[in-house]
Amino acid sequence: MYHTEQPRRSTHIELPKSPTGIQGLDEVTLGGLPRGRPTLVVGRAGSGKTLLGMEFLVHGALEFGEPGVFVSFEETPEDLVQNVASLGYDLNDLRERNLLSIDHVEVSRSDVIETGEFDLEALFIRLGYAIDSIGAKRIVLDTIESLFSGLMNTGILRAELRRLFFWLKDKGVTAVVTGESGEATMTRHGLEEYISDCVILLDHRVDDQVSTRRLRVVKYRGSVHGTNEYPFLIDETGISVLPITSTGLTHTVTSERISSGVERLDAMLEGEGFYRGSTIMVAGTPGTGKSSFGASFVNAACLRGEKCLYFSFEESPDQIVRNMQSIGIDLVPHIESGLLEINSSRPTMYGLEMHLLMLLKQIQEKQPRVVVIDPLSDLIAIGTTKDVKVMLTRLIDYLKTSRITTLFTHLIHTREKMAPSDLAVSSLIDTLIQLQDIESAGERNRGLYVLKSRGMGHSNQIREYRITDDGIELTDVYAGPAGMFMGTARLVQEARERAEAEARREEIASRQRELEQERSAVEARIAALQSVFASQEEDVRRMIEAESRQQKIIDADTRAIGKLRKADASDDDKKVQATIGEAEEER
Amino acid sequence: MANGKNENAEDRDSATDAFELALERTDARYVLRLYVTGMTPRSQRAIENIKEISEEHLAGRYDLEVIDIYQQPERAQEAQVVATPTLIKQLPLPLQKLIGDMSDKDRVLIGLGIQKKE
Repeated sequence: MYHTEQPRRSTHIELPKSPTGIQGLDEVTLGGLPRGRPTLVVGRAGSGKTLLGMEFLVHGALEFGEPGVFVSFEETPEDLVQNVASLGYDLNDLRERNLLSIDHVEVSRSDVIETGEFDLEALFIRLGYAIDSIGAKRIVLDTIESLFSGLMNTGILRAELRRLFFWLKDKGVTAVVTGESGEATMTRHGLEEYISDCVILLDHRVDDQVSTRRLRVVKYRGSVHGTNEYPFLIDETGISVLPITSTGLTHTVTSERISSGVERLDAMLEGEGFYRGSTIMVAGTPGTGKSSFGASFVNAACLRGEKCLYFSFEESPDQIVRNMQSIGIDLVPHIESGLLEINSSRPTMYGLEMHLLMLLKQIQEKQPRVVVIDPLSDLIAIGTTKDVKVMLTRLIDYLKTSRITTLFTHLIHTREKMAPSDLAVSSLIDTLIQLQDIESAGERNRGLYVLKSRGMGHSNQIREYRITDDGIELTDVYAGPAGMFMGTARLVQEARERAEAEARREEIASRQRELEQERSAVEARIAALQSVFASQEEDVRRMIEAESRQQKIIDADTRAIGKLRKADASDDDKKVQATIGEAEEER
Repeated sequence: MANGKNENAEDRDSATDAFELALERTDARYVLRLYVTGMTPRSQRAIENIKEISEEHLAGRYDLEVIDIYQQPERAQEAQVVATPTLIKQLPLPLQKLIGDMSDKDRVLIGLGIQKKE
């Protein structure tokens, strides 16, 4: 929300802030606590108030050059030193270097008798003395409400507290004042009346036997701030609040592509694979080889020399390595070279937020380029759909902003469609690859298709894939007029097709042979007819020749008879004679 | 103690005697420290009041030290003083803290363990 306000804010005079150095808290408060003003930290017992205060001082001293005073109304300095030693902070060292001063203010009603009017000037002097002795810029009062149990005259006490906070502001120190949560009021003794610049609420809830710590900035005068409840965790490095500044769709993208580790799967994705920084989900029913896809992807990334983090919620690192070796993916060299780190934890070990926080912490520390979470469904199982979506959105936004390519595997239980809860998650996913086992003809085969892949023209084909000794292999699915076949059925169908084709070829060949014979028969008949014709023709010609010879003889005979008779030739006869004569001459 | 029952009984008797004697003793020394903040009216009032009470009840057997914590802030820390004025009865034991301007005389006497003179 405040993202949209950021550009506008930069033109304003920024409220000076003191960074807490606590992971995530500075992001929620956009820079830290209000400098030179008191901040109220409210929470129940065990919610982490004291630790927050102590971290504020330690980070201030070590990282921001601001010495601090810790005024403890409850714990003794020795206890405090011991309590935070487990977090790696050496308070005694800081005290020796004059970066930290711890003052234990002991108040107990039992040994105090009130004999008239009083004020808290002594407390002011002690604080002033502690502040001035090390030039402190920060102070923590933990928990000042203890004064209420030590002093009966609350009228005086309240007036003095009001004066104290004014005095602290005057001193210009940034103060953290802790207070116990009350029933009707925010704090048990209404400290929020006096401290109104910044109020932070710490909460520790247990839902379904899983405890989650949450932090909320209730108010922050003069500054925008994140208003949500942010989960935080306390571990061996102290407090970390889930960073949320990345929440927003402002990440820049790259068109760089990276391989999925399965050659023909890349081919289905425009031949180039996934976009770098995208979020990929490989969803499938049990036993479809989701982890194998994850391992292939990680393997390819490691071979490119990229750092990878593999979070497993079902198998131990050793088990993953062994199982992947069986399909020809050797992760051992990557682990040894430090490129790959496998983290295994049981999903039921922590709450959902805790898990995501752990993921984020690991990711921040290791700075990988590729992250695999195997499987996501285990995380979903420990939260409600809404929680999961909120948390995942934050996680994915963070990963995208850091341009980390993430592959989630996801177990789905229905074979037909994705369940609604899965779909809720799937809207956050860029590339969704669905794995399906298809049962037919007494065997189970694995099919794969790209359900969606944002920003690329992906294949719409179902491919069969087999998990072989050399990794995952994709083959074409048989899709013919008789339906879709996979596995053995595909082979059978292909064989059947081949046989049918062979038969057809045979038939054509025989038909061709028949035709050939027909042709020769026809040709033979033609030849016979032609020879008959030729002989007839010859006969006719001979008859004509004989006839013409006959005619000549007759003519000659006629002429000879005529000469003998000395008969006159008629005109016609003359003409005929002339013509014949001419013809004779010509010849 | 290590001997017989009779001696034990004697010891107990003598202890009770000693206790009663101690209660009646008037020469127990009082060591009082009054922590004030400069010469504010309240500080002055507290000093006057405690002096008056001490003179009345503890004449000649009390030491009163007035500490200005503006001058010696570390002493406020050492003695765990939060409110001012604060009077600490160092001796006789037990240690007792009294805060305020000592205007409630009855409570001051209770705090100092002095029985009010009738």
